[in-house]
Amino acid sequence: MKRLILRELRLSLRYASDTAAALLFFVIAATLFPFALGPGPEVLSAIAPGIVWVCALLAALLPLDRLFGADYEDGSLDLLLLSGTTAGGVAFAKTIAHWLTTGFPLLVIAGPLAIMLRMPAAQAPLLLLTLAPGTMLLSLLGTMAGAITLGARRAAVLMPLITLPLMIPVLIFGCAAIASPHPKPALLMLAAMLVLALPLAPLAAGAALRAAVE
Amino acid sequence: MPVLEVQGLAVFRGERLVFRDIFFTLPPGGAILLRGPNGAGKSSLLRAVAGLTPKAAGKILWDGEDALEDLPTHAVRLAWLGHLDAVKLALTVAEQVSSPAALAALGLAGYAELPAKFLSAGQKRRLALARVAASGAPLWLLDEPTNGLDTASISLLAGIFATHRAGGGMILASTHIELNIPGAEILRL
Repeated sequence: MKRLILRELRLSLRYASDTAAALLFFVIAATLFPFALGPGPEVLSAIAPGIVWVCALLAALLPLDRLFGADYEDGSLDLLLLSGTTAGGVAFAKTIAHWLTTGFPLLVIAGPLAIMLRMPAAQAPLLLLTLAPGTMLLSLLGTMAGAITLGARRAAVLMPLITLPLMIPVLIFGCAAIASPHPKPALLMLAAMLVLALPLAPLAAGAALRAAVE
Repeated sequence: MPVLEVQGLAVFRGERLVFRDIFFTLPPGGAILLRGPNGAGKSSLLRAVAGLTPKAAGKILWDGEDALEDLPTHAVRLAWLGHLDAVKLALTVAEQVSSPAALAALGLAGYAELPAKFLSAGQKRRLALARVAASGAPLWLLDEPTNGLDTASISLLAGIFATHRAGGGMILASTHIELNIPGAEILRL
């Protein structure tokens, strides 16, 4: 499994422009809001956490269709499934690689970006605290959707249609934690969803991978 | 030494029965060549033995025990060469096959530091074959191993096949052309 993750990281380093595309999309999409709404701090500071959340969500979707797509097309997926790791393990390794190359960099940029959008700096730790499980959940559910839509004709369109509805509760509790004076229940809810998705999403993704190579 | 036994194997692709009642035994050092027209099910048979395609009926036994019961364990026993090369263009040759001996056996020793995107189709096929040779797995499942290879490379193949079988390895390969494997059984589909 460790070898698989290292291989994925090495590949995403070689295709650095693909990896960076998601981050650039995140920065550019979030930067558009002040142009549309005006730079006034009252409006912007109120909606900044929501903007960052939604943009991070959309940005993390970008690399998902290549997550398994490239391996499916060149025959590597057969080899991955015959590598001695369970199909669920292969999916979990892909999830970790996706989080390390997309989720984690998004997390790093999210703080400065939110402050650029006039979010009070005091809220920044809470934003990152919600985004950390949020991006992990997105990687888990996104990997699952990527595996399910593998081989479908319009995979790139289907994938957001599967992932985004599943992410709605995560988005609600993530943004609620930042706005609320008592963030703890919402944070616990996020943690509970993460604990639930952690074993189930790779299992579902593994079953979908097996079905895709049939 | 382990033995691979296939008893009464049948495989469906979609709604179509590709083949049924396939029986064979592959002893250590043995080789079986699958022959048959396009669509006869040579690839399906290989995928079924690898555990990639589910079988509709029959048994696949490894040393008398159900081989597909524990797929990750079964996967370690076999080396897979599909009809696609599974070569990553952005990685160098050495990053995909780390064994210098296997690369040398397939005439790729001088290309170790080269990214695979600069290889020709035949060289990519040889890289995929080098991965099989480097695996150390007892059972080789090869789907058209000579695809895209020139005659010199095909004779290289005969060498690595002989080495593998001398060490007790088994080969199950589909092929259209004559492969120089002495004593190989032919299974017509």
